[in-house]
Amino acid sequence: MSRRYVNHGDRPTKAGFGEGLLASGKIVTASGAKHRHPEVIAIGADITASVGVDLFAERFPKQFVSLGIAEQNCVGVAAGLALEGKIPVFATYGVFAALRTTDQIRVSVCYNNLHVVIGGAHAGLSVGPDGATHQSLEDLAVMRVLPNMTVLSPCDATQTKIATQHAIRQVQGPVYIRFGRASMPDFTSEKQLFEVGKGQLLHPGKDVSIFATGHMVWEALQAAYLLMEEGIHAKVINIHTIKPIDRDIMIQAARETRAVITAEEHQVTGGLGSAVAEVLAEECPVPMKFIGMPDCFGESGQPNELMNKYGLTRLAIIQAVKTVITLKSKP
Amino acid sequence: MIHPKVHDPLLLKKISLEIRRSVITTLSIAGSGHLGASLGLADLFTCLYFSVLNHDPNDPKFPGRDRLILSIGHVAPVLYTTLAHVGYFPEEELTTLRKLGSRLQGHPGREHNLPGLELSAGSLGQGLSVSVGRALVAKMDNEMWRVYCILGDGELQEGSVWEASMAAAHLKLDNLIAIVDRNGVQIDGKTEKVMALEPLKEKWRAFGWEVVECDGNNHEDLLTSFHLAQQVTGKPVVILAYTKMGKGVRSIEGDYHWHGKAPSNREAAVFLKQLEEDAG
Repeated sequence: MSRRYVNHGDRPTKAGFGEGLLASGKIVTASGAKHRHPEVIAIGADITASVGVDLFAERFPKQFVSLGIAEQNCVGVAAGLALEGKIPVFATYGVFAALRTTDQIRVSVCYNNLHVVIGGAHAGLSVGPDGATHQSLEDLAVMRVLPNMTVLSPCDATQTKIATQHAIRQVQGPVYIRFGRASMPDFTSEKQLFEVGKGQLLHPGKDVSIFATGHMVWEALQAAYLLMEEGIHAKVINIHTIKPIDRDIMIQAARETRAVITAEEHQVTGGLGSAVAEVLAEECPVPMKFIGMPDCFGESGQPNELMNKYGLTRLAIIQAVKTVITLKSKP
Repeated sequence: MIHPKVHDPLLLKKISLEIRRSVITTLSIAGSGHLGASLGLADLFTCLYFSVLNHDPNDPKFPGRDRLILSIGHVAPVLYTTLAHVGYFPEEELTTLRKLGSRLQGHPGREHNLPGLELSAGSLGQGLSVSVGRALVAKMDNEMWRVYCILGDGELQEGSVWEASMAAAHLKLDNLIAIVDRNGVQIDGKTEKVMALEPLKEKWRAFGWEVVECDGNNHEDLLTSFHLAQQVTGKPVVILAYTKMGKGVRSIEGDYHWHGKAPSNREAAVFLKQLEEDAG
């Protein structure tokens, strides 16, 4: 098994969120007739087009409510909708969706254990020129620490569409799903096996395991393909669910390869890297290297310039792989 | 079956006295909790659960019930004692307040399955938003039930309350009635000194709400206000209920030091005695 993933064309993952939300607004009955599903209610916080909610709002105007630039209220209203059996979907930029509203999410949503879907748009550094205020690099850490919360971080537009549908239709309780704005390779299949809480083995390897999430999954794959030419076989695992984390796939991979890299477009502190380390420190400690933002704010620049500056690239992954392999204990 | 409604103010007054008695005893057993506002709100809670709300203690989740959202979770003692007195659970359970394993959490927590709780709350500034969401669903689905939301006056210093207030008027939620416990005090002292709220009536009006003012410790006045509020169409209504913290116990009435305190056994005995004497 060593098929190579190919890019079907660059697309922003936010497009996948918009498509997934739209697809969740209707259900197909036994007779095949399409009906609006009455339960999904999208909440707009002024930037509906920017976060991909506009498609749904246009198609299902009665299932859309505009609440303006008042994110804390949006989350509270969503909790109220969920208490009455609706499935509210609230999306805005990740920095606001997860951080301005953290207390509302903690108490009104998570403590009440309500099925509210929160979309964190413009995630990561790749937002680019808007700069540090709008680059959501702490959302995974803050969302994953909340009890009852499910945290999704899909890797491309196709997977984001599928993950969004799962968030709306399958997950019970609160869900946070993050997605980006920049056009990035879209490489997974519409027919992929996607299960919330289960990592996806995308590439086999015996020398090192790379756990990646979001946009960094494509970079991890490219790193693995390049490493093969040097005779290094890196296993690549897509962790699209940050919580609940797939402990089994991590423990098994760490046992097999004895060295681990994590890669995320997020602060190293508290995100995927920490989540993996928490599992492996307890179950199977092996040398690790973390690719992510090194505890600092971003800045303005083009997405690729920023990814280069902060070391969120295939080359940085390759370097980390080579380092971590030298740290492996001899069997 | 919907709980029968009491309209006799004298009977309501009697029930409020029992609830106050229960609040004092419950808090002295718990050893901590918020006595002042719980006493101040006994009349309001009596009116709501014995006269205003459509609800059924034997079927706490029946879909057509009115929803009571307590945004100020810290007055849980008056909510719990009222729920017990109106029949949601046995009064003996009140002795478990704030104890390990209890369904009566310090601030209401639904995951502990106490019947009659509509929201886990306690972090100020969130209840009105949740109320807006619920009232919106009633509008969407053409349901007749209402949402009643109890806010504290100090809580109005939270900006999120005004976000919710703006939304309720924007969405024309005339099925939402907010009640502000205007007792004029908060933990650090008088609200007007800590962070002035006045002119409060004008603020709510400017946000698009109908405003009703009343003596929150007078049953007749409260019932009239609720009746008025229910007639308003096209916009939400707020009842500014002027109450006295510690109402019913003369030695602590209006004293903000009793906001977040529970009485000792000795104090409880004194308070209960004052309560009986003044109830005459």
